[in-house]
Amino acid sequence: MTPFNRNFGQGRNTKAVRLDMNWKELTKAGNIYEPGNAATYETGDWRTIRPVWNKDRCIHCLICWRYCPDASIISTDGKFDSFDYKHCKGCGICASVCPVHAIDMFSEDEIDRREEARKNEE
Amino acid sequence: MATLKELAKVEERFVGGHRLCAGCGHGISVRMVLNAAEDANVVVGCATGCLEVASTIYPYTAWNCSFIHSAFENAGATIGGVEAAYKSLKKQGKLDKDFKFVAFGGDGGTYDIGFQSLSGAMERGHNIVYVCLDNEAYMNTGIQRSSATPMGADTTTSPAGKVVPGKQQPRKDLTAIMAAHNIPYAAQTAISNWQDVHRKAKKAFDVEGPAFINILSPCPRGWRYNTPDIVELVKAAVETRFWPMYEVENGKWKLNYKPKKYVPIEEFLKPQGRFRHLFAPGNEHMIKAIQEEIDNRWLALLERCGETPELPPK
Repeated sequence: MTPFNRNFGQGRNTKAVRLDMNWKELTKAGNIYEPGNAATYETGDWRTIRPVWNKDRCIHCLICWRYCPDASIISTDGKFDSFDYKHCKGCGICASVCPVHAIDMFSEDEIDRREEARKNEE
Repeated sequence: MATLKELAKVEERFVGGHRLCAGCGHGISVRMVLNAAEDANVVVGCATGCLEVASTIYPYTAWNCSFIHSAFENAGATIGGVEAAYKSLKKQGKLDKDFKFVAFGGDGGTYDIGFQSLSGAMERGHNIVYVCLDNEAYMNTGIQRSSATPMGADTTTSPAGKVVPGKQQPRKDLTAIMAAHNIPYAAQTAISNWQDVHRKAKKAFDVEGPAFINILSPCPRGWRYNTPDIVELVKAAVETRFWPMYEVENGKWKLNYKPKKYVPIEEFLKPQGRFRHLFAPGNEHMIKAIQEEIDNRWLALLERCGETPELPPK
């Protein structure tokens, strides 16, 4: 997985704030002019358990989409498409509400270990 | 009723990247409510609270629509003022788009601190929707008791100890108080039934005049339950009649869900760490008192809704 963009509060992804900027250049009254720019702030590194989609079992009911607090289930044309791992915090609600158990939660460490083992084999 | 497949195509108004805790009930409730506005233009106001501080950390905002910040105590007044300004601009011909106005507040900003402001906004009859995300304590500042905290709950300002087993007073019934303002629409709902939340939010957006919705929004940190079980926990709250789902439309009370059998309150209390002390020996009287309180409120609610006041069969 590509490293997360952590930002550390410096707002590198928005036009509103630059690292070399003077405080006087900040927007008036702290207004933010880009709606929804938090999408560029990646919270995926909070996650300790990762949801993994089981394509064969999924019935595309989208109940997981409805109950995701982080809008991290991407659907296209009314069908389950993928997880947004850049924002998913790994709360496990999607796996818990899935009526056909098509989402499994795996520990991130476990996944990393497995990936490393596979790389070593190659 | 729209299906989830259709609703998933509505533009996301509360995007990921906000800093609410993993599994927070607020994220779910807000997404459900704003999704019900469909393709309308929405202006959101927020009382200070978890939702506000986690979604608008400068220079980021998780709101993919207009957003106005207000203080803890004046979300009702702020969104009412925005609505009044909009009406005036529209009258002067300076604005031609249509907007819907919605304010979100936690239980602290709604039941306690923002109460007079909300009451005033409701009385003045602004065309707004006020959504209370009730997580039953001041979670943002570290789980202090509020007037929405249920009896027996362990919070930092009503700690459970040897002498006092948690909060001593029963909770305030805010939805009934809001209904007493004779507003066109007041409702209480829970995320365990998303169709109900969607229908009520849609109705609240469509109705002319002030509307109020109260949503039970569990807090994994404050309630200390297993985070993925949020929907089951809310379901238990509805089944045990702790959180009845009802609506009051133009003064007419209507019960939306009636449990088929009598589920004791323990089902709701047991999974939560904040009620753990109630199951220790010597605290049986507390559970009994909570159950009695819930049964009495249920009977009173049934009577208001014009149904036979009797408890579900055991």
